[in-house]
Amino acid sequence: MTSATNVEVAQPPPAAPGGTVVPTTRLRVPSRWSFMLRRLGFYLAAAWAAITLNFLIPRMMPGDPSVAIIQQLQRVSGQQLPPETLVSIQALFGNPDANLFEQYLAYLGRLARFDLGTSISRFPTPVADVVSSGLPWTLMLVGSTTVVAFVLGTSLGVLTGWKAGGRLDAILTPASTFISAVPYFWVALLALWVFGFQLDWFPSSGGYDPDAQGVAFWVSALRYGFLPAATIVFSAFGGWLLGMRNMTVTTVREDYVLLAQAKGLSPSRVVLRYAARNAMLPSFTGFALALGGVIGGALLTEIVFSYPGIGYLLYDALTKRDYPVMQGVFLLIALTVLVANLVADSVYVLVDPRVREQG
Amino acid sequence: MPSSLWSNPKVRFGLVVVAFFTLLAVLGPWLTASVLGLDPRANDISAIASPPSAEHWLGTTQFGQDVLAQLVAGARGSMFVGVLAALIGTALAIVFGVTAGYFGGTVDNVLNFVTNLFMVMPVLPLIFIVSGYLRGTGLWMIAVIIGVFGWAGGARTLRAQTLSVRNRDFVLGMRMLGESHPRLIAVEVLPHLVGWIASMFLGALIGGILAEAGLAFLGISDSGAISWGSMIQAAQSQSAVLRGLWWWFVPPGLCIALIGTAAAMINFGVDELANPKLRAGTRRVVRRTRRVERAVAAAEGGAA
Repeated sequence: MTSATNVEVAQPPPAAPGGTVVPTTRLRVPSRWSFMLRRLGFYLAAAWAAITLNFLIPRMMPGDPSVAIIQQLQRVSGQQLPPETLVSIQALFGNPDANLFEQYLAYLGRLARFDLGTSISRFPTPVADVVSSGLPWTLMLVGSTTVVAFVLGTSLGVLTGWKAGGRLDAILTPASTFISAVPYFWVALLALWVFGFQLDWFPSSGGYDPDAQGVAFWVSALRYGFLPAATIVFSAFGGWLLGMRNMTVTTVREDYVLLAQAKGLSPSRVVLRYAARNAMLPSFTGFALALGGVIGGALLTEIVFSYPGIGYLLYDALTKRDYPVMQGVFLLIALTVLVANLVADSVYVLVDPRVREQG
Repeated sequence: MPSSLWSNPKVRFGLVVVAFFTLLAVLGPWLTASVLGLDPRANDISAIASPPSAEHWLGTTQFGQDVLAQLVAGARGSMFVGVLAALIGTALAIVFGVTAGYFGGTVDNVLNFVTNLFMVMPVLPLIFIVSGYLRGTGLWMIAVIIGVFGWAGGARTLRAQTLSVRNRDFVLGMRMLGESHPRLIAVEVLPHLVGWIASMFLGALIGGILAEAGLAFLGISDSGAISWGSMIQAAQSQSAVLRGLWWWFVPPGLCIALIGTAAAMINFGVDELANPKLRAGTRRVVRRTRRVERAVAAAEGGAA
């Protein structure tokens, strides 16, 4: 994989703080780049697949979504649609007069101009506007909860794995086995019932106080977002904990951990630098798998709390048969997940130097 | 192996729970109808949204339907979707994973690429969209959709395992004797993957139940069918949370959680059996080790 062009492009790495000169340094650097380039290539291909899937789904469905959408739009607006809208809908959802390849080109052309069609339930707002209004809320909610759940689950996993068979392990491990099997939206319902209605600690629906301005708006957003975020963290951290616990149990019995202990290193250094760093690798690999589940769960959580993110938009679109919004939400989620995975892969390269060597 | 499986308390707990729900799904509706005389769809107008009582053990819904009877009927709906989705998903995982791992080369590259695509694709939103178009279709269709989109993780595991099995001596030996590829896969490779396939099937079963619950919660389900998800959805749409009708939405979620825990326990226990290092972390082993250490220390103290 060490092609000549890559060697020229790659910058020499900063000298390692340890000061040891490794003769293979010049070979290693291009492989790190080639690893990242190959991942980037894969995610570009995946993005293309998501876009194409988004193109194929309405065309493979029984009936003719584009005709249904146009009829609905005419009913909602009460008038003949402007020709530009008709062209847009047919490009996105199927045009019986054009062959599939022509349709595909027209569809890609529409996407390149960020034209995702017109919302039926919020006529005449373009789908792109509807969807992008929900995106920041979901990104904040899912982003923050994913990070918190990962950090919390992983650190508790190290603790329980290090003292496997101890008291903490005896309580936390079965508890998280149970928690990670519970449906997200059911936890959200329970939390809403207990904390929203019984105790009345938190607002029960919405994402912010509609009357608040400026700083008060941000404070209200935090207050409204706390309960949804807490339920997602609660449902998600168990999975990380279990994976990390089992990897730690396996790792602490490796010879190099024994050696680190024999050298008289402090227990915290042995746990964090020797055991945990190695045990964490599968968690990063599992990120792709976990993220899909977290997103799906978060969508449902948003519905329970009527949180103004894209999950609630999707629900709204499903109940009102707003196909353009449905498709727009899917495309957005798919592309966001791909970007998040690319970020996770980049972090992986930093955490595990072996990836750079193998290329 | 089977006897050692049963000796693991986690596996035992999991198997008992899964067996219980399977029995409930098969026999339950008949039992509630003939023994308790309950019909999950019958409306008892004298008891609307009433809390658990002697007459209705788990209370009634807003429509005066018995929650216990619904719960049992829901077990059948949810288990049906779970089993069918798991069958389809596992079959696809075997086709993709084993083929890719066995043949390698270009076949592997192509199949592995497809698998990775399905891994990073957000499957649940995808299922939402497709079932949104196919609204009003039965539990069959929902199970098929869940299975078709949810096989990638299993395929990746099976591919890795097949890679290791196919290069072992007994497979190479049979290949030199001129066995055909299909026969080699079916007779030499697959039997060594049975454990993995079984645990995958279990995982897919739970995934299917959870996905169906999520879909039903979104209102995508057969309106005539009862499942745990559709129960929670009905409760949500009648604002059962606001009105504190906990007996309506707590039991179905608890059932999903319980069967999910059971599957996780089985997988956990199987991991412990397969990985001796994990077994060293169980409470029983840790206690035994401590006892031995103390006994040794006491013996040394006595000798000195």
